[in-house]
Amino acid sequence: MNYGYFPGCSLHATAKEFNDSTKLVCDKLDLELKEIDKWICCGATPAHTTNQELGIALPFANLQLAADQGFDTVVAPCAACFNRLRSADFEVKHSGYTAERVGYITGSRTDINVRILHIIQLFRDEYGYSRLKEVFSKPLKGLKVANYYGCLLLRPSLVMKLDDPENPVIMDELTNLTGAESVPWAFKTECCGASLAIPETEIVLDLSKKIIDSAKNAGADVIAVACPLCHANLDMRQKQIGKKFGADYSTPVLYITQLLGLALGIDPSKLGLDSHLVDPYPVLRAKNIL
Amino acid sequence: MARIGVFVCHCGENIGRTVDCSVVAKESAKLRDVVYSVDYKYMCSDPGQIMVKDAIKKHNLTGVVIASCSPLMHEKTFRRAVQETELSPFLCEMANIREQCSWVHEDKVLATKKAVDLVRLMVEKVKRNTPLEPIRIPVTKRALVIGGGIAGIQAALDIADGNQEVVMVEKSPSIGGHMAQLSETFPTLDCSQCILTPKMVSANSHKNIKLYTYTEVESVTGYIGNFDVTLRKKARYVDDSICSGCGICQEKCPQKKISSEFNTGLGKRPAIYIPFPQAVPNIPVIDKERCTYFKNGKCKACEKFCDRNAIKFDQTDEFINIKVGAIVVATGYEMYNIGKNNKNGIKGYGEYGCGEDPDIIDSLQFERLLSASGPTFGEVKRPSDGKVPETVVFLQCVGSRDKAKGMEYCSKICCMYTAKHTMLYKHKVHHGQAFVFYLDIRAGGKNYDEFVRRAIEEDGAIYLRGRVSKIYREGDKLIVKGADTLSGSQVEIAADLVVLATAITAQPDIVPLAQKLGVGYDKYHFLSEAHPKLKPVETNSAGIFLAGACQAPKDIPESVAQASAAAAKVLGLCSATELEREPYVAKVYESTCAGCGFCIEACPYKAIDNKAIVNRQGKLIKNVAYINQGLCQGCGTCLSVCRSKSIDLAGFTDEQIFSEINSLFV
Amino acid sequence: MHITLNLSSGAFAGEIKDISGANVFDCYQCGKCAAGCTVGGYIDDTPTKVIRFIQLNQRDKALDSRTPFLCAACNTCSERCPMEIDVAKIMESVRILALKEKRKPERDVAVFSELFLGSVKTTGRLFELGLTAGFNLMSGQPVKDAELGARLFRKGKIAIKPAMSGNKNVKQIFDKSEAVSGSSSKEEKAEH
Ligand SMILES: Cc1cc2nc3c(=O)[nH]c(=O)nc-3n(C[C@H](O)[C@H](O)[C@H](O)COP(=O)(O)OP(=O)(O)OC[C@H]3O[C@@H](n4cnc5c(N)ncnc54)[C@H](O)[C@@H]3O)c2cc1C
Ligand code: SF4
Ligand code: SF4
Ligand code: SF4
Ligand code: SF4
Repeated sequence: MNYGYFPGCSLHATAKEFNDSTKLVCDKLDLELKEIDKWICCGATPAHTTNQELGIALPFANLQLAADQGFDTVVAPCAACFNRLRSADFEVKHSGYTAERVGYITGSRTDINVRILHIIQLFRDEYGYSRLKEVFSKPLKGLKVANYYGCLLLRPSLVMKLDDPENPVIMDELTNLTGAESVPWAFKTECCGASLAIPETEIVLDLSKKIIDSAKNAGADVIAVACPLCHANLDMRQKQIGKKFGADYSTPVLYITQLLGLALGIDPSKLGLDSHLVDPYPVLRAKNIL
Repeated sequence: MARIGVFVCHCGENIGRTVDCSVVAKESAKLRDVVYSVDYKYMCSDPGQIMVKDAIKKHNLTGVVIASCSPLMHEKTFRRAVQETELSPFLCEMANIREQCSWVHEDKVLATKKAVDLVRLMVEKVKRNTPLEPIRIPVTKRALVIGGGIAGIQAALDIADGNQEVVMVEKSPSIGGHMAQLSETFPTLDCSQCILTPKMVSANSHKNIKLYTYTEVESVTGYIGNFDVTLRKKARYVDDSICSGCGICQEKCPQKKISSEFNTGLGKRPAIYIPFPQAVPNIPVIDKERCTYFKNGKCKACEKFCDRNAIKFDQTDEFINIKVGAIVVATGYEMYNIGKNNKNGIKGYGEYGCGEDPDIIDSLQFERLLSASGPTFGEVKRPSDGKVPETVVFLQCVGSRDKAKGMEYCSKICCMYTAKHTMLYKHKVHHGQAFVFYLDIRAGGKNYDEFVRRAIEEDGAIYLRGRVSKIYREGDKLIVKGADTLSGSQVEIAADLVVLATAITAQPDIVPLAQKLGVGYDKYHFLSEAHPKLKPVETNSAGIFLAGACQAPKDIPESVAQASAAAAKVLGLCSATELEREPYVAKVYESTCAGCGFCIEACPYKAIDNKAIVNRQGKLIKNVAYINQGLCQGCGTCLSVCRSKSIDLAGFTDEQIFSEINSLFV
Repeated sequence: MHITLNLSSGAFAGEIKDISGANVFDCYQCGKCAAGCTVGGYIDDTPTKVIRFIQLNQRDKALDSRTPFLCAACNTCSERCPMEIDVAKIMESVRILALKEKRKPERDVAVFSELFLGSVKTTGRLFELGLTAGFNLMSGQPVKDAELGARLFRKGKIAIKPAMSGNKNVKQIFDKSEAVSGSSSKEEKAEH
């Protein structure tokens, strides 16, 4: 089976290590990802908060592309893209009126049926935990991970249908399979401010600080994420947070696919561990993982 | 020769506005066999009734048609008036020209025409009416009360004091219900157990009350005045006729760590236990699932130490058959659980941690913490570490008024008990601070609002108007993220203990019981009264009444009032030796009945049976259907399945109905 | 604050319903959305209050509120609303209307959205560097995040050339969406 891969804009730029690690892990697991040809931006938050039709048409056009190219499943690692793809599909399926307008805007048919999976769902539902457990060759013993789900991955739960919106477990289960230990903490599903990062940087610094504090208080060595926006806010902003609050902030933030890649024994630099602004190597070395 | 009188009512403007009543009267006069007709402003008034009675005498009427409102409203009134003239009340019919005509039409000409048609139908019917005799059924002068909470106890005591026998059934080991778990009660703050236990004791010792605890209703058949009930007395494994309630068995039982239901999981009990010190009866029961002996065949410590040999491991469930004339259902309520596993599409509160944090408790648990007989002997200590909480946050409307969780109703009592909780807390922890998140304060009751004001003004509770979005733990504290919509702000409180005023819900196992009783229930499984205003304690099953929180969330005063009302109904029923019922029941023409039995299958009230017809030598000629008049509700289902047309409904015979229809085509 | 109520009091609620599908009269002002709002510490009007403005037909008060612009679209409110109201969608609707009428209570956010969409419109995909630089210029803070940008650049995280492989259709999608809804980011742009 091959999956239509929708990397989204971030994975081709700031989040290229998410792209690399996703591909390497899937390769190793024989999950064949084929990038959808000529995919376009899903519009993220700015599109649907500016123009509803645009916010649905942009992501839906990608589903149409995928269907045209013969994919019955689309996999997106970016939580924002995943959210927009699912929402667009939901709106079109649930409202004939919307379907009609989207059909007109995209100039293409809307009666398509494409499954939309987030990359971690691919591991849980398609590959399966029991097989995963078998293939992890380098257990990440001793590493304490705070899994951060954020908002877009889970909500609205009626549409995302990925996990419990208040107490999700999927990333924790994956983490535990790698031999690392997922810590319980309170800010798993809080929002980091995502799309406000550039226009309202101060807000995002505050929100991200609280999230990192909560993870640290829970005893986490690293934070795991499944969304490039979360990563951007938590990893890239730590120096600014430190400056704003007059304290040292250096909690590494890894993509969940990077953790899985490490457990599969993939070369850390290929997984893009070098490209984080908070260097994860010291912690990983201290834990004898590298 | 029939002589029919027609009486057309204006019902003030209600009918008169759209139906020309004088025309209806004039047109009626032209109908065959109508010898007298008249219209009048209020037919149901005294002068109106006198008109009817006078006309019957003066014109020698053999039948009466009142063209007015629905028979549901005034059939009784007019039939009683007719009966006073010695004409059979069953020779009076009503043509409904209000609900079925004036209220639903606008065109006066057409409506008047329709009213005339409706009269014509009834004239044709009443000509074929026969003077039926009401059915009389005997009454068993004994009542069954199901549920031994305050409502059940009150109903039983009132009935028993009225000199009627009562059988009281309680499914748990002791009577008392939730009230036994409460600390002090609003709005007077009197000790709950102090006012309840005397009633529990009288219920147990009253000469007219037979109490069965640890017992459930197995089956119910029969009808008003004549119910046959089978009870299942569950095996207690303790002989209640020998046990003295000394309690040595509880001390010796090695299983000490079982979570106590009475203490809402905050305390422990052994496998053989008396639920609480003042339990009635004061007799233990063995929890078979947890008992070491039942689990692996060894132990019997209780048996060894019981010097009266009251422990009986071989006891089995016992079935008891009783006959009663009336039933009071008083099965109470259960608290909604914020955990994930709720039934009926009711959801939990993931945002409040699904009940997994020990310091997020529900209000009934808080009652136990406040209660002198509770696990902390009345000291407010939080479950996690026994610390006295200095900041306590109370959340109202948890589960209640929450469409997303599946319950849209208001639980009615939680505003009041939350105010009580803040007061009792302050009385015990003087330096403590109580915060309450509320949506509205519903304190409609005598001295209720004053009570809430006292909590705020004198005992310093801070009330914040808003819901809470999330509660999470941060070390020693619970962070409560709420809102105060009055100031338009987000509010964050670091609390030591959080108390949730969770919704009052129906008993989880009420549906099978309701079905056994033939009592309706709403979508939340609260039992349905027969009429929300005029029949609040009756149900749609005659002879079965409701008391207490099984019908809707209620506080103690309301539960008690309803229980006394139900008792009055029961005593009223028992005061007669026989009951009269309307004789609209099905009857079988045995000569044509083929005994196929289709009607037996079809009858929703199980009123039809087989009857053998035998000749004088006792030889079977054939089987026919037999209708029990006591059970038949006159629904007519059997008529529609009878292929040989051998069943008819008294008062609504085929002949009557067909002649009504035919009259429309002349 | 003073509010005058009159006959047409449901009109604005109707407008919002047309866009969001949500009936604001379902809201009983419990404040749960306000309680959990991600940006609660930064807004003057809680989401609850914005909904109240709509219930009371206070069009200006709602459309000039900063809240819908600062809303992170995190859906916490919608997920937890006891009345199952899609609060985030209501915020979105207010914002769409405000943009349509060229009101910009929160200018920076509006500018950011425009630039974002502008970038997508021309290339089919987002060009992050162009976006950030453009935003900083237009919001009058040309050196904001410059140090961060330099670090990202060194990490190879910033593409200097916009990606060009997106579907050509994208311009048509923008144009037709604008035509269909009447809301226009193009008009906005013309102003700057
Ligand atoms: C936290 C809290 C505090 C409260 N504080 C106050 C207060 O201060 N003042 C006040 O007026 N009210 C208060 N109340 C309300 C009070 O508890 C109720 O009004 C009262 O208990 C209702 O009595 P009941 O007999 O209808 O129901 P319950 O007390 O629930 O009793 C029902 C009984 O029926 C039994 N039963 C259930 N099903 C069956 C069955 N199928 N067969 C046989 N038996 C069955 C149960 O075991 C139980 O014993 C409070 C309630 C709560 C939750
Ligand atoms: S036999 Fe059962 S009830 Fe009796 S003492 Fe042992 S464990 Fe307890
Ligand atoms: S009684 Fe008060 S706390 Fe209880 S549901 Fe009703 S309003 Fe809420
Ligand atoms: S949570 Fe829902 S009901 Fe409550 S104030 Fe917000 S929108 Fe209204
Ligand atoms: S979606 Fe917007 S309004 Fe709702 S909680 Fe998130 S930031 Fe607040």
